[in-house]
Order: sequence, then C-alpha cells, then structure tokens
Amino acid sequence: MTLRDAAAPSGPIASRWERRRAELELVGPTRRRQHHVLVVGAGLAGASAAATLSELGHRVRCLTFHDSPRRAHSVAAQGGINAAKNYGNDGDSVERLFHDTLEGGDFRSRESNVYRLAELSARIVDQAVAQGVPFAREYGGHLANRSFGGALVSRTFYARGQTGQQLLLGAYQALAKEEATGGVTMLARREMLDLVVVDGRARGLIARDLVSGTLETHIADAVVLATGGYANIYFLSTNGKASNATAIWRAYRRGAALANPGFVQFHPTCLPAASEHQAKLTLMSESLRNDGRLWVPIRPGDDRRPNDVPEVERDYFLERRYPRYGNLVPRDLGSRAAKAVCDDGRGVGPGRRAVYLDLSEATERLGEDALRDRYGNLFQMYEHITGDDPLRIPMRIAPAPHYTMGGLWVDYDLMSTIPGLFVLGEANFSDHGANRLGASALMQGLADGYFILPYTLGGYLAGARLAPVAEDCAEARAARATVETRLHRLLARQGRRSASDFHRALGRLLWDACGLERSRPGLTKVIEEVAALRDAFWEDVMVPGDGRELNQELERAGRVADFLELGELMCRDALAREESCGCHFRVEHQTEDGEARRDDQVFSHVAAWVPGAPGRGSERLVEPLAFETMAPSERSYR
Amino acid sequence: MKATFRIWRQRGPHDAGGFVRYTVDDARPETTLLEELDRLNEGLVSRGEPPVAFDSDCREGICGACGIVVDGRPHGPLPGTTTCMLPLRAFRDGATITLEPLRTGAFPVVRDLVVDRGVLDRVVKAGGYVSVRAGSAPEANTIPVTRAAAERALDAAACIGCGACVAACPNGSAALFIGAKLRHLGLLPQGQPERARRTQALVAAADREPLGGCSLHGECEAVCPKGIGLDVIAAMNRDHLADTLAAWWRGA
Repeated sequence: MTLRDAAAPSGPIASRWERRRAELELVGPTRRRQHHVLVVGAGLAGASAAATLSELGHRVRCLTFHDSPRRAHSVAAQGGINAAKNYGNDGDSVERLFHDTLEGGDFRSRESNVYRLAELSARIVDQAVAQGVPFAREYGGHLANRSFGGALVSRTFYARGQTGQQLLLGAYQALAKEEATGGVTMLARREMLDLVVVDGRARGLIARDLVSGTLETHIADAVVLATGGYANIYFLSTNGKASNATAIWRAYRRGAALANPGFVQFHPTCLPAASEHQAKLTLMSESLRNDGRLWVPIRPGDDRRPNDVPEVERDYFLERRYPRYGNLVPRDLGSRAAKAVCDDGRGVGPGRRAVYLDLSEATERLGEDALRDRYGNLFQMYEHITGDDPLRIPMRIAPAPHYTMGGLWVDYDLMSTIPGLFVLGEANFSDHGANRLGASALMQGLADGYFILPYTLGGYLAGARLAPVAEDCAEARAARATVETRLHRLLARQGRRSASDFHRALGRLLWDACGLERSRPGLTKVIEEVAALRDAFWEDVMVPGDGRELNQELERAGRVADFLELGELMCRDALAREESCGCHFRVEHQTEDGEARRDDQVFSHVAAWVPGAPGRGSERLVEPLAFETMAPSERSYR
Repeated sequence: MKATFRIWRQRGPHDAGGFVRYTVDDARPETTLLEELDRLNEGLVSRGEPPVAFDSDCREGICGACGIVVDGRPHGPLPGTTTCMLPLRAFRDGATITLEPLRTGAFPVVRDLVVDRGVLDRVVKAGGYVSVRAGSAPEANTIPVTRAAAERALDAAACIGCGACVAACPNGSAALFIGAKLRHLGLLPQGQPERARRTQALVAAADREPLGGCSLHGECEAVCPKGIGLDVIAAMNRDHLADTLAAWWRGA
C-alpha cells in the first residue's frame, strides 16, 4: 500500500496557494445550496469552517459534544495568535514566519503548507478585528504585539491572557450569524461515533444524541472533522476534561491515515500536579516567558525558599544553555531542559518536579502595574490555585502534555486519505512538524477554517460525481451496528473498575515511556503493557446505567477505550522513528550536549499509519518531505 | 477533612428529583470541589451506581460549562470564582455542602446538576455579532481603537456564558448576559453599524424566551465569576431607549 500524493503545487513557493486557488473548480452559487456538509467540532477550526461554508451558500450541519459551541477547548488558549504583519518594524515577514515555523517544527512538516499558513496569517487578524475581537492596543489605537518562543520578532496579537476565548467568540458569533440565516444547523450535545464511507468516499456519520442516547445517521456530500487533539490521553494534560480522540480514531478505523501520532507537545509552563486525584493540569501562558526567567538552585537538594537563594547560587538554565533565545526557546527545548535539571535533583517543590519562573527582574524594570496589565488574569489564576502572589514569590512551573502535532494525515487541500473527509485544526497533522511554536495553533485552526477549506472543499464538490445516498444504505446500517455493538459491550461488562481508573493507568504508562523522553526498551515494554491494560479494560470496566439517557460514564468509557487503542499506535510510531526531532526525543539519538539528533537521510518523512487487514497490525506508510526553499539545518537557538 | 454532600439527583427532565446525601471523611482541602465530586463519582461507578451528572470541561474558569448552585449561590461562596475553581478549603471541616443545578425557568434540568442553557445561544443568534463575511475585512490597523475602548470591551467580552446571572436573578432575567454582549460590541468601532439593530434584536429575542425582566436587583453582578457589572445593563437600557425614541421621532 502506498500513500496518496500530497498534491502540493510545485513552482515558486510564494505563489503556490494562489495557483492552487486558480486551479480549483468552483461550484455555482445555486448548486452550492444543494450541497450538504457535516462539520464535527465547533472550536476555532470547526466554527470558522461551518460559518464560512454557509456564507458561500452550502448547507451545513455542525455537531459539538458540548452544550454550546462556545465551550470548545480553543476557549482556553491564553497567549495569542501569530501574524506576519511586521507592525513592530522589527524585520518580520511572511518568509520569516515560514522560516520560524518550519525550523521550530524541526523540519518535519510540509514546506508548501507552512508557507501558506504564514501567508494567510495576516488576514486572520484582519478578520478577527472586523468581528470585534478586542485585541490589546497601543495608546495610539493600533494593535499591540508581544513575543513568543522560537521567534526573534514580536508578532503575537493578544487579548490579555484570554486570546483563545476572544477568537472563539468571534467564530462562535459568525456561526450564530449563519444559524440565523438558516445556512448552519447547530446540533449540540452530539458525539460522532463512526464515519459512513460509501463507494470509497466519506458520506456521513453516526452520532449519539448525548441527552436521549438516540443514535442518528447523518448523510452529506462531505464530512469535515475539527475535533481537536488527543493530549488528554495522558489523563493529566492541559486539555479540557472531555477532549478526546474518538472522532479521528473512528475515522482511522475506517481507513483514514493517522500521521505522526507520537508527536506530542509538552508545554513547559504549567502548574505542577499537586495530588493524585487532580483532574487536569493548568497552563500558564508561554507569554510569561517574555518577562519571566526560569531558574533552579545550582546545588541539588537546596530546600531554601526561593527568595533566600542568592543570585550567584541560581542557575538560569535556559539563558545558560541557549544564550541567543534565552527564556524564549521553543517549547520542546524548554520542557526538556526543565526535565534535565529536575533529573539532576535540582527541581523545586513537592517531588522536585518543578522549576521557578521568576518575574522579579521584570517587576523592577517595568513596575507591577505594567505586568498586571499584561498578565492580570494569569496571576489571579495562579494565586487562586496556589495561594502565592507571583509578583512576590517566583512561580513554580512544570512541563505538561498540551498539544498533539500528530493527527489525521491530510493533503495540501486538507483532505484525508478518504476522499470527502476533510480534517482541520489540531485534529490534522499538517503544519507544525515535530514541535509547534507558541501562538500558532489559533493561527492554524482559523487559517484552515476561514481561508483554506472553503476553497478546497468547493473544488472537491465541483469535481466529484456524487450519487445520492440514503440514510438507511447498507454502509450506514453497518456503521450503526458497529456503534451499537460497542456501546452494548461497554454497558454489558459490569466489572469493578471505572473508566477513569483505566485512563489514569494509561496516562502513567504513556507519560513515563512516551512522554518527554523515549527509549527503545521503554517503548517496547510499554506497547505490551498498554495492550494488557486494554484487555483488562474490556474484562473489568464498569459503566452503570443504560444507553438511552444522558450517561456521562458511557461517554467517558467510550473515549478511554479509543485512547487505549491510540496509545499503542503512539508508542509504535515513537519506536519506529529512530531519530530525535522536536518533541520526539529518543535517548539513543542525542548529541554530546544532550540535544536532539535528527536523521535526515532516513527520517525526513511523515509517518502515516493505516489500519492493516483484519488480524494484522497497522501499516506504516511514508510521505517523503522535500525541502526546496529552505535546506534543513540543525536547529540552533544557542 | 470531613464533608457531607447534599446533592440534587434527578434522572431526567420529567422525573421528580430529590436530595441525596453522601459523606466523605478523607476529602483534601487543597483539591477542588469538582475533583472531590469526580472522586465521589468514581466510587459510585465502581459500586455500579450511576454517578452524579454535571457539566464541566476546562477546569480553569474559562469555558463556562460548569455552573452549580453551591449552598444556594451559583458558583458557590467565593466571589469571582467559577464552580470548577472552587477549592474545598473554602468550606469548614465537617460542613454540609448543598449542590443544586442552576435553577431558573429558562434552564430545564437535563439530569442531576446538568441544565439546558440553549436559551443563551438563541439570544446571541438573534443578532449578537458583527455581520462580516470571511474575506471582506479591511487591514486590521485601518481603524484605530482607543486603548480604553478595547480594554472596556474586553471586560464585557470576558463573559463565559455560564448562566449564573440568570439563575441568581429573582426574575430569571438574562439582562447581564445580554448587556455584556451588547457592551462588548457597542464599545468598538466595528460594532457601530449594527448597534441599534443589535440592541433591539437581542432585547426582543429575550422577550420571546421564558426570561424575566430586569429590575436591577443586582444579584447577577454579585455572582458573575468574571466581575461583569450592572453598568452593562445601564448601557443596554440607554441604547434601547435612545433607539426607540429615535424610531418614534422618525415616525417608525
């Protein structure tokens, strides 16, 4: 089996997207009304796509498992959104954002896609401002910027520490506008549980109405998944409690390739775990690294309070290791450096798993008021949770699973290996390679939804000859039966352990073996352990109640069951990639300084996994990455 | 610490509900109320009993999914705090903690502590937006926005749509929620072309729903976890009156 061509246009990189748009066929305005599109997920990518498709005249049904589209986890993004506006006059350009993103991803992403993302970035901010997103302003009334990791220019637009919320409200309001026109039908509290594939094309899905428990078949001309990432697989992550992989995993089981599943980003600045029953980990925006300095005591086991440790006995480890970028190195390096000092016994706080983020130098330089202006709500959140004032006592932070660069494989048009199935935002694998730079997720989700999919989906619909499909066609009935059987199995087991108990156990296994560091022996062992845990799950899971009502435990169990399958594939992917790149750090492949050692000869490719024939394991396909514009170099932030 | 939870259990919208007591003697004050509820639920599940249904997602006070009436107050006793951020240390050892769904006519109970807040989305759908199509926006710095306007707009836009204001209001009014949306867009130049129409549309949409009128009790402001104040209602009333008078003057 081979992977379909990514279909990226050739020629000068700066005009590729323009050429593709010119090539794409258009659907006539009257025919658009006859095309039905399903959008799953209503976060930044899903809401922007659904609204924009409706503006063009398509008929859209948009599903979310939340009670309202405004709850999608995009809402929790804090720091900002990148755009190559060069408002700072500091040398930014589309080329530089492209360069930073490609290098930040350690040359494991597709050049054409990354360039297009950089190219579209500026229009996203235009669109958001026009929607009434209250970005931070300078006194002259113009937009303000701040810096983020992996960049030497200041190109991040922000609304205090709640940029994701404000951008999501912009997209949510666009969705509301299109609901009012009748172009979008919102279906809240619905969870997609299978994909309907007819004649090799995605033509619908099976969803469960979470309130009544009824299974619904939805048929359409195309299906768009914008269902987010799967970092929640670690149980403790910065994701929302309900974030899950079910939609993309069900699509994978129907044949959609899943690319680079082992690429998971650990965010360096999160609050360390405090107790075993903690529900999740809380992020503290990367923007704090604009003004905060990370340090640990030089001496292992130093238990003095942070303010009692004299300057000369502190190790500002990022500034020491990476003098050029200092505290603003990309997340993968920041997290790994923090882990290294903790492994030396120099971590702080309970279990010595944290490091300090110290704002005292910035407080002296700028004053407390300026810092509260920039990070006010973050300080409040921190003080609320820990009881400490970050302007008096250095914050304690630690790395946590945050974002998955891996996801369903898509071509240049954002279409998966199943024709008619499009994947947007974090749910796809496309633009961030082996490490995503800060403030790039909001950019990508919105670029996909507002400015890419509306063109490429139209091109697909114009070219496809789609026969009518009935709701009770054989394929839909079969998918529905698969879903029913699985729900029944979960309810019928009546074992002794809750799904959360299994989820926590899976999270611990993956955190240790497929987290910040991976090794061949560790991964080999954990693959067996995950398989054993999966068997134990199906032997002993307990789901009370029945399926014909709101049953949150049934929802949870279904998601954990999928995580138990995906977890194994993540580890197999990490095992097969015998190199270190970005977030993927294999201890066998490192330089003398402990940095990642890439192997461009063998691994300059995307690994795309497809399910094997029944009884066979999954198969690893490869999309070679060609770098014509920018030759891969060793990342250097020193 | 010891705690007794007195929790509203109701199987479905048409079932009668009632309080059920659960006692724990090993709660930890540093965990949150919802983490303790997670733990309680895990215990119920492992014994084969249906867990307490409740909505929550981000657990950091931004998504607005949570919203439980804790000891008679939406989001509980701490000001400026969503339910998901409420630490157990806010309660004394041995306390009886009463948990109920957000109770107001416009939010039917779905199950236990889960309610249907779809009314809030319906009100926004009536016009709580700027009508701009993707692709038609001018360059972002074309229209300067004063820093003060942007900051005040963000104060109003900080609303998380949790519905606590409606549940706290003796009239069941959504005036704070609607006022916040109108204030957010009404303070920005981008929101001006539709400002009058938006105000009329949202107020009319609220009138069509089982929401009450505002008589400025101020309970909403007291429970809003994002500190949104009655000034947004005053601004809404001013805009609504001015536009109604203008329409009358024009002979509409």
